Amino acid sequence: MNTWLSPEEWTAVGISLKVAFTAMAASLLPGIAIAVALERGRFWGRAALDVLVHLPLVLPPVVVGYLLLLGFGKKGPIGSFLAENLGVVFSFRWTGAALACAIMGFPLLVRAIRLSLASVDRKLEDAAGTLGANPAWVFLVVTLPLIVPGILAGMVLSFAKAMGEFGATITFVSNIPGETQTLPTAIYTFIQIPGGEGGAMRLTIVSILISIGALSASEWMARRVRRRLSTR
Amino acid sequence: MANVSIREIRKSFGPVSIIKGVDVDIADGEFVILVGPSGCGKSTLLRMIAGLEDVTSGEIRIGDRLINDVPPKNRDIAMVFQSYALYPHMTVADNMAFSLKLKGAPKAEQQKRVGDAAASLGLTDLLDRYPRQLSGGQRQRVAMGRAIVRDPQVFLFDEPLSNLDAKLRVAMRAEIKELHQRLKTTTVYVTHDQIEAMTMADKIVVMHDGIVEQVGAPLELYDRPRNRFVAGFIGSPAMNFIDGTLSDAGLALPSGAVLALHHQPPAANGSKLTYGIRPEHLQLAPAGTPGTIPAVVAVIEPTGLDTTLIVKAEGGSLTVVLRERVTLRPGDAIALRPVPEQSHLFDEHGTRIATL
Repeated sequence: MNTWLSPEEWTAVGISLKVAFTAMAASLLPGIAIAVALERGRFWGRAALDVLVHLPLVLPPVVVGYLLLLGFGKKGPIGSFLAENLGVVFSFRWTGAALACAIMGFPLLVRAIRLSLASVDRKLEDAAGTLGANPAWVFLVVTLPLIVPGILAGMVLSFAKAMGEFGATITFVSNIPGETQTLPTAIYTFIQIPGGEGGAMRLTIVSILISIGALSASEWMARRVRRRLSTR
Repeated sequence: MANVSIREIRKSFGPVSIIKGVDVDIADGEFVILVGPSGCGKSTLLRMIAGLEDVTSGEIRIGDRLINDVPPKNRDIAMVFQSYALYPHMTVADNMAFSLKLKGAPKAEQQKRVGDAAASLGLTDLLDRYPRQLSGGQRQRVAMGRAIVRDPQVFLFDEPLSNLDAKLRVAMRAEIKELHQRLKTTTVYVTHDQIEAMTMADKIVVMHDGIVEQVGAPLELYDRPRNRFVAGFIGSPAMNFIDGTLSDAGLALPSGAVLALHHQPPAANGSKLTYGIRPEHLQLAPAGTPGTIPAVVAVIEPTGLDTTLIVKAEGGSLTVVLRERVTLRPGDAIALRPVPEQSHLFDEHGTRIATL
């Protein structure tokens, strides 16, 4: 395999996987929380939150990347605060790529979880309440297990989006080999240079393989879970 | 165990008023059925007792405790739902032990109580199964078992038999009744099926359009319905109604025919009244007999146990239930004699004013 991909190419694959897993993992809990709030909550500003969460889906990715640069860049208000107080830097780091990917994939994650929340039979939750469970327990013991298929689907979507994210990433953290160069930006680089077609094709194949792998894994898990949760 | 008292309960969803001032008293150990057509507010009232719906105004007490603002988990109730609401990701045993697990009961106690309840419901062999591996009737039993294990002060049933086929429904009806006789736990049961109400309840609460039409023992409601709604709702086939105007000769029907009445009712001549008689209180008589209602046979429905006739008479279509088998054919002219003391008169507001 080492002869097949160059060390630089392996690095890009590694960064992409690291970025995608980090983006997916970091957005999971907020994604569940926001999905629950949007699906079940009745609070002031719910519609505004809904729009905000969905914006990355419709905005040009470059716009999201630029906004991240303004907010989370070294001189941005959030970026400078985090750098000074927590030592966390996003701009031109792989962590920034993960942040960009997490935000771009967030609406997909939230939508998938919301859909499965909407299909939960509320009577199951009602019954738990009458059997002595407080709302937090009802969520943990009843609701959460029932929405696992939606969470899995959302995670795969978020991961796939992160694997393919280009515009926001390159705008926010640029295309630095070994730090922020992911599969898509590496492919982009290859096709910019003469004789790079081979590298571009190799990374394209890797990209396709990873996507197929992710889809199959999620299908397999979802099928198992669905069988466990089916009522028929 | 405890009594349940419901005082002046109202419920609105926005501008829409669903329950418009309901008072019900449920004694300790009593089996009370809330019955009424869909949309009458019976399920909403049950969900308010369970704490699953907020109370707009009024008071609900379990025992001496005002529970309006008590969360469901602290009301000491157990509810059985129409859809069973079993947890698909838990085995039968785990479903039944749910309330004990929440309480943190020791494993041994959990096993004993689940085992006892399962034995009493014939579920012992199914404890390791998942709900999807059970039939409808078995799921219903598991839902009941889960409620029994909770050992609540009050059982709440929300149309628990509606998803079962007719034969199983009859069997489960008897099972639930037997269960109540054994446990003697106060029970509130909601159904739209008046047969379920009649066969199972100690006391029936008939609801309609968000109000209570009548409360009483099954046969009390059957024999002395307070109004036309209850008279028509309780009993199957339903009571026959004939509209007319009171005159010296009896009840004058729009067609000009006169229905003779046994007694003078407490109403002035010219009052618009409705005559009501149950299908089994009409007897066959030779055609032309004085004091009978002439009719023509339209449909004959033999059930084996009895025979239902649908006949065309002056006041409209009537249903007759005869215990005996008949040799009638559609189109035959017959005469129907109302059984004395079994016909009701309702005034134009629907209130029963007399039983003749």
